[in-house]
Amino acid sequence: MGHIRGAEENLTVSKLRERFPEATFSTRSFRNETTLLVRSGDLIRICRHLKEDPGLLYDFLSDLTAVDRFGDHPRFEVVYHLYSLQYKRWIRLKVHVEEGEAAPSVTSVWGTANWHEREVFDMFGIRFEGHPDLRRILMPEEWEGCPLRKDYPVQASPKWWEEGAAGD
Amino acid sequence: MTERRTMTINMGPQHPSTHGVLRLVLELDGEIIVRCTPHIGYLHTGMEKIAESKRYQQVIPITDRMDYLAPLSNNLAYVLAVEKLLGIEVPPRAQVIRVMLTELTRIASHLVWLGTHAIDIGAMSVFLYAFREREAIVDMYEQVSGARMMSSYFRIGGLFADLPEGFEKTVQSFIASFPDRLVEYEDLLTRNPIWIERTRGVGVIKPQDAVDLGLSGPSLRACGIAWDIRKSNPYSGYEQFRFEMSRGTHGDVYDRYLCRIFEMQQSVAIVRQTLESLPGGPVVVADPKLIPPPKPMVKQSMEALIHHFLLWSAGFTVPEGEVYQSIESPRGEYGVYLVSDGSNTPYRVHFRAPSFVNLQSLPRMAEGRLVADLVAIIGSIDIVLGEVDR
Repeated sequence: MGHIRGAEENLTVSKLRERFPEATFSTRSFRNETTLLVRSGDLIRICRHLKEDPGLLYDFLSDLTAVDRFGDHPRFEVVYHLYSLQYKRWIRLKVHVEEGEAAPSVTSVWGTANWHEREVFDMFGIRFEGHPDLRRILMPEEWEGCPLRKDYPVQASPKWWEEGAAGD
Repeated sequence: MTERRTMTINMGPQHPSTHGVLRLVLELDGEIIVRCTPHIGYLHTGMEKIAESKRYQQVIPITDRMDYLAPLSNNLAYVLAVEKLLGIEVPPRAQVIRVMLTELTRIASHLVWLGTHAIDIGAMSVFLYAFREREAIVDMYEQVSGARMMSSYFRIGGLFADLPEGFEKTVQSFIASFPDRLVEYEDLLTRNPIWIERTRGVGVIKPQDAVDLGLSGPSLRACGIAWDIRKSNPYSGYEQFRFEMSRGTHGDVYDRYLCRIFEMQQSVAIVRQTLESLPGGPVVVADPKLIPPPKPMVKQSMEALIHHFLLWSAGFTVPEGEVYQSIESPRGEYGVYLVSDGSNTPYRVHFRAPSFVNLQSLPRMAEGRLVADLVAIIGSIDIVLGEVDR
């Protein structure tokens, strides 16, 4: 619903391929929603193009988050949901990030990415290169561990538990 | 030239006009805000993490507790996302009831905003009236679900139950009287010179900045940008209903106020149409894998017993894939990003909470203004900290 589909979908993808012949990306479609998997090195220019091309105009960054594919390599997916206020449709971008690697920050393209990227950094420990103010946002600054990683326990971090901080 | 000295003070996390546990570090030059830095997370309860260990139906009560002023809107976004993953559509009666209740929710949520926003700026009496009307809507939640706030009335595949007897009459009498009440609130505020003095030209944000910062909902429309997901990407059958989108021009606190008042009027119009067009029929999909069988059946039919047992012990599985579903909540774009690995629990759920994103615009609106204006600006963005921190 609302995502690009059919002919329009091919239009966006073919426009991108035309503009960036050397960039490799794959597309997947599920329930009428399109996912573009791009290389993190191409992310910024593809984002900028998606935002500024008059035929695409994905000017609104709806959402930015990550998924921990624990056990896979690369381990993380950073997921971007872009919306075009003009053409009223969403598109999903994804980049793969290996543990310890950084993803490029899109704060220079959309200001709203600032807090989203801080949240991903806080919850997954993914660093964003070029972020102006990358620090924890929801958890306390001295917190250890990244709560939304799959190897992080649901109830409490082991260290925190062992030291008896929970009982104080 | 003398050295310019500023003072740094804390506003919150315990402060009545931050609407919850929000802490703002303010750098002040006299009474002028030089820099405003929000610190959030005091209400972080790890809802996205908890959701990963719950079965799909069990996540619904978690969504209630995010934006606790609009629990049914959150329910709706989540159940729509799961239904999209499953590839099912709920029966027309359930769709219309969902629209009716989310619009009533919008009114209830905007009433809390109106009351608290007005009391922040010093208009005490509006609060009492707004809460009187909200009470009527909270009573309706209680009628349909048994709970006044955490209703969890929408379920994957339909509703918890059909509307109780006489419910339509209750709604009817509410929407018959409510428009006059709205006129009374407007009499108190819209042309009140003190109200105008405190809100007009305050907390202005330019349309291009608003889009850049991801502002959505009435706060975005107050800048003159026409984006309402109910119109642009209709869900749950919104395309059948006639209503107008709110729209401002100046992007200030006053226009945000006007937009929300207008939205309440339009919500009444939508609720009226849902009552007129309410179809008959079932309120759940006919799929025993998703919807528990009626209790008497469990005692008679072997199959029903098996379905009952399975639903309560293992839940149901959802095809592998990922979806993003947005709705227009009272605060803006409420999105649910859901990743399924084909099991009976979500692999990852992310809630794109409008309050979280909208709060990011606060420094842009407040810097360069007086401290007193900050209170008006916070009220005008209409944040719910439960949703900011999740």
